[in-house]
Amino acid sequence: MFVRLVYESFRRQKRRKVLAGAAITLGVTVATAMIAVATDIGDKINRELRTIGANLVVTPQEDSLDVEIGGVNLKPPSDGAYLNEADLPKIKDIFWRNNITSFAPTLPVPVRLEHAGKQQDVTLLGTYFAKRLPLGGEDFTTGVRSTYAWWKVSGAWPDDNSRNVLVGEKLARRLGETAVEEITVSGRRLRVSGILSTGGAEDDQIVAPLALAQEILGKPGAVRRVYVSALTKPEDAFGRRDPKSMSGPIYDRWYCTPYPQAIALQLTEAIPHSHAEQIRQVAQNEGAVLTRIEGLIFLITLAALFASALAVSAAMATAIFERRAEVGLMKALGAGKLAVAAVFFAEATLLALIGGAVGFGAGALLARQIGQSIFNSQISIPPVLLPVILAIAVIVTFAGSAAAIRRAVTLDPVFALRGEL
Amino acid sequence: MFLRMLVRAAVLRRGRAASALFAMVVAAAVATAMLNLYVDVQAKLRREFRNYGANIIVVGRDGASLPANAVAQVDSVLAGRGIAAPFAMIVARTSDGQAIVVAGTDFDRVRQLDHWWQVSGWPAGDSKDNSHFSQNQGEVGHPESYAALVGVRALAAVTPKNQPFDLSFQGRTIHLTPAGTVQTGAAEDSRIYLSLADFVAWAGVEPSTIEVAANGSPEEVTAIMNQLAQAIPAADARPVRQIMEGEARVLGKTRATLLAAAALIILTAALCVLSTLMGWVFDRRRDFAIMKALGASGRLLNGFFAAEAAALGATGAVIGFVVGIGIAAWIGRVNFHAAVVPRFSVLPLVLAGSMAVTLVSAILPISLLRRVQPAVILRGE
Repeated sequence: MFVRLVYESFRRQKRRKVLAGAAITLGVTVATAMIAVATDIGDKINRELRTIGANLVVTPQEDSLDVEIGGVNLKPPSDGAYLNEADLPKIKDIFWRNNITSFAPTLPVPVRLEHAGKQQDVTLLGTYFAKRLPLGGEDFTTGVRSTYAWWKVSGAWPDDNSRNVLVGEKLARRLGETAVEEITVSGRRLRVSGILSTGGAEDDQIVAPLALAQEILGKPGAVRRVYVSALTKPEDAFGRRDPKSMSGPIYDRWYCTPYPQAIALQLTEAIPHSHAEQIRQVAQNEGAVLTRIEGLIFLITLAALFASALAVSAAMATAIFERRAEVGLMKALGAGKLAVAAVFFAEATLLALIGGAVGFGAGALLARQIGQSIFNSQISIPPVLLPVILAIAVIVTFAGSAAAIRRAVTLDPVFALRGEL
Repeated sequence: MFLRMLVRAAVLRRGRAASALFAMVVAAAVATAMLNLYVDVQAKLRREFRNYGANIIVVGRDGASLPANAVAQVDSVLAGRGIAAPFAMIVARTSDGQAIVVAGTDFDRVRQLDHWWQVSGWPAGDSKDNSHFSQNQGEVGHPESYAALVGVRALAAVTPKNQPFDLSFQGRTIHLTPAGTVQTGAAEDSRIYLSLADFVAWAGVEPSTIEVAANGSPEEVTAIMNQLAQAIPAADARPVRQIMEGEARVLGKTRATLLAAAALIILTAALCVLSTLMGWVFDRRRDFAIMKALGASGRLLNGFFAAEAAALGATGAVIGFVVGIGIAAWIGRVNFHAAVVPRFSVLPLVLAGSMAVTLVSAILPISLLRRVQPAVILRGE
């Protein structure tokens, strides 16, 4: 009887059920999409922030001081220690390897540039442009093109295995030619594939493939520094603590959190004779910006949840209010308050489940659309969230209907049937 | 008569009218808050990005020093729209012959510009304080000892025990006391910083670089950069591209996300109002039928319900606007630790939107009811 009542109500009042269901679906869609966006926004903005450049740097442990003013390196090349290029793939072997988005080794070499009869001392910077590193199963492409996204080249980027170089914008202007085809560096004739513009010290330098720089320096496999771009978690009080003072489980928790310090420690461990450190200008501010944006989206998600809860309850209240006559009839036939309320609650649950499931799907699609159009990458929502969303939908629908149902069950059947109220 | 009908209608059905008004207020509040945040978030996030430090660098052409009044000129161009810090640099030698970069700067300005510098103790700003300092702590035989901010790597190389040390440049020697260390993870770690007055007195080298953090939109920053280039012809002013590009990207994406969220939320709120109001009007089909039976014209009926809806919309919009400003201010305080300035330019938009939604939700059921005979409605069918 009970089941038939509910079933018949759905069969006969299709229009009203569709309206209430649509409200629930819409509410759940918005809620799901916003939750998905809120949970993923940190990662997305983190990736955008990586365009500001590397946030970690690996230096040789026994390195001497940098003597560099305005991009001109005054340190004699024989001075200081080097890292070994062969150790670099180990960067993608640390605990947080998937958080390493890219890295670029650098090797500055002071060279003598001869061009059109003029001679001058400049820095030749060896690095990776877009080098493919074989890592177990898959290849990893890394280099300045991904680490320093703002570097612009007019012409072509050199190949990492070639002997082509880039000439900095200001240096090219000093050479007095708009199109520099070929330069002679320390007795080697090198083809210039493009003019580099960075807005930084590199504008006065020559940028070459790492292997070429090592050959000119006469130190195969040498790397002075590695700039690493990693997705990190904003530093908090726990992240700032000294790992040496921590006991076992607390240390493990610190080590397994992608704080800039923890990743730096892992890099130091992975590369022999090295010291990794966060570049504070990038790493520190990143955390601040990220916290703000995440907080903002979180608060807005709360607003969205509130608005959709309200929409659902408004629709339910209207739907129930329109069925006073039906309630009157049920009561006139002897139904108790409990029975009437049970019918309405059963209907509400059914609606919430159907609307919730449809809304979850639609919300996932919407989130995906938002991710695709704003961030050019997907925002996916874990299916684990489905029961949570359904539960929220049922609770909100119940809460929204409660007041209307209470009013309905206290109706005097006589008035209700006469349509006076 | 018309007015009395309006008022009585609201008073007699208090509960339903209140719930309709409540829905309207919530919708208007949410819309106001979202629009306010959308307008304001850019300014708020820009401020966060200024913590990245300089977005413009002024350098003397071909490594030459800047004119002596360059800092004052930069300040006058900025006129409070940012902060600038001068830097002068040389390579000095320690007593054991090691080369080291020494920089002179204005510590007060650097503190405001480069928030990420981790400094154990800033040296006192001007040289007067330094001489005072040296009288108390300077060793015998060194009448003048200057306070220096030493990079962590430089400290390990020059004076691992944190003791006073000497530096020489072109035959002139200076006696320095480490006042604190600086750690940044970048080139600053290998340098020693002095106050600009001490530096110029010792090395005789004027600043060659001014780092400028200019506030404002990309257009404003570019304008400031052009003004700087004009004000100091002997220098190049260039943007710090990674900061400007990163800022533009993050701000753009955040605003786009906010816009999408605002659209979704406002849509939901509007639908909530629509369904509540339509229920309310539908509910009053008896009033409608009686008025019609008593001979009210279609225009009068339309006018009546439209006026009612408009009044509801306007009241809801105004109350909602105030509440919404409150919500935006609260979010600003909690998240950005700064007030979100109320934008009264949003009010007409919210008002118009609210009235449009209420009118649609009143007219829609009325046009359905108009086709029905009053007798049928009054019979309750």
